Amino acid sequence: MLKQMEGSLAVAQAVALCRPEVICAYPITPQTHIVEGLGEMVKYGELTNCEFINVESEFAALSVAIGASAAGARSYTATASQGILFMAEAVYNAAGLGLPIVMTIGNRAIGAPINIWNDHSDSMALRDAGWIQLFAETNQEAADLHIQAFRLAEELSCPVMVCVDGFILTHAYDRVDIPDQAQVDAYLPPFEPVQVLDCKDPVSIGAMVGPEAFFEVRYLQHHKQDRALDRIPQLAAEFKAQFGRDSGGLIRSYRCDDAETIVVALGSLVGTVKDAVDEARAAGSQIGVVSICSFRPFPLKQVRAALQSAKRVVVLEKCLAVGIGGIVSDGVRKSLSGIQLKGYTVIAGLGGRPITKRSLLDLFASAARDELQELNFLDLNWDVVHRELERGRQQRRAGPTAENILRDVGVTGARVA
Amino acid sequence: MFQVRIHGRGGQGVVTAAEMLSIAAFDEGRYAQAFPSFGSERMGAPVMAFCRIDAKEIRTREPVMQPDALIIQDPTLLHQVDLFSGLPSSGYIIINSSRSFDELGIGELLGKFAADHLCAVAASELAMKFVGRPLPNAALLGGFAAISGQLRFDSVAKAISQKFPGKVGAANVAAARAAYELALSSIGSPVAHA
Repeated sequence: MLKQMEGSLAVAQAVALCRPEVICAYPITPQTHIVEGLGEMVKYGELTNCEFINVESEFAALSVAIGASAAGARSYTATASQGILFMAEAVYNAAGLGLPIVMTIGNRAIGAPINIWNDHSDSMALRDAGWIQLFAETNQEAADLHIQAFRLAEELSCPVMVCVDGFILTHAYDRVDIPDQAQVDAYLPPFEPVQVLDCKDPVSIGAMVGPEAFFEVRYLQHHKQDRALDRIPQLAAEFKAQFGRDSGGLIRSYRCDDAETIVVALGSLVGTVKDAVDEARAAGSQIGVVSICSFRPFPLKQVRAALQSAKRVVVLEKCLAVGIGGIVSDGVRKSLSGIQLKGYTVIAGLGGRPITKRSLLDLFASAARDELQELNFLDLNWDVVHRELERGRQQRRAGPTAENILRDVGVTGARVA
Repeated sequence: MFQVRIHGRGGQGVVTAAEMLSIAAFDEGRYAQAFPSFGSERMGAPVMAFCRIDAKEIRTREPVMQPDALIIQDPTLLHQVDLFSGLPSSGYIIINSSRSFDELGIGELLGKFAADHLCAVAASELAMKFVGRPLPNAALLGGFAAISGQLRFDSVAKAISQKFPGKVGAANVAAARAAYELALSSIGSPVAHA
């Protein structure tokens, strides 16, 4: 049923339709509305056969989900930013144990400096923990991906993160088609665990494993992700057959057929990029965009096929790998091994800095003239940066950078005295 | 596409106002996108929210920098925030004030705007009268519907009732209707009960 609703509520309703049996939650902005919504549904009896557990931390949230999943319950949690860092050990454990937990990430920057706004630093920090990571472009896709995520997770016995841009999607009111229970039931069968803590048939889960077997266990995690490369597009196709719309898949191309310049992006940014691509096309540019939905596993082959005919690739990233630059770019460049084309990395939108169509159009124009650097910073205020560097040159005790810059840009609220 | 920017202070229901606008537009079969800009999350701090309305899917996620209409929930922001940034001379402004634009000292500044695109309505007073609390957001949406012609009053009323079920919703709808009628008469239109 079509509704105008907040993204967080759409995700909560989609998760509820998946009949989770255990939801562990610890609130953190901008994820809070999702678990609040689910908590209400459990409390008011709209979501039955589900235990909603308020835990004392993010570490506990995922640890309880691990226990619940090992006991055979369909388990869900959600977090963001410092929350995913606090649960980092459990993030690896869930994957290493092969427990099919689904977790929403309301993508948010990581401090310091503390910042509640959107970028991709949080889920990117845990990209190699063995979870599948799917990025939502719209709130419709955010809702739909959760339905696909439970199916994928349980088929492979591998946890899945659904990454939803904080505020930009989680707090946006949009048109979302919420499916009915029968449709979801037809798509998502009941959870049949491959391993379960069962008193009648006891096993232990979580053995100490030495050099004789650790390597094989770890390799099999990689093998699961390889299988996911096959299953993700198949599950998206089945989803389309059941629900009548495109959601998920590995990657999607927009106006790339004759494109000389192809932009690569993840998440909600793709919408703004599409508008900019249309405008650049209308002005005669041959440009398109590839959106990566599945970041883990990274679809090397599909990205290569989508990009290989272009003259240049511009990777737009909402995360800065300090000391090297882009993270998505690494995968994109690996996918293009042996192909000669120009590759540019553009870091944008950190800590909620708006990414505007105007800036994108300027960026595309510079790209078309091959005037970009290998690594670029969209709408970074270089004057502010240079003034802070100068302060550091002028005096040894230049003081804390964040406070200096806030004072510089005139945000007086941060001033102490 | 029609873009609205709502300015107010934390606690005045700025974000809720944008959400209700989007619900009203959705109810009329259009696409709408409402989202907040959390400059800071403190009660009383300046807050902005946005609503886009279009006949087709809205893909952009950038903040509204060139609004077609401004809804100003708190006139004390006039000297604190660059409220009119990006608003073209064809734009609409509705402000929560019992004083006129001239009395607020911005009559000259807004001279380039069409008189029937400007409206000051005492939304907080209306809210006190009908709701018992000085929350101006619902009333201003009634005023917005009147001056912009973008939404039918009935859709706005339905959106308010959806967001605030029961008595509170009905009281807010009454405040919105009063503002709608005041706004219509202020721009010289005959009061039409939509």
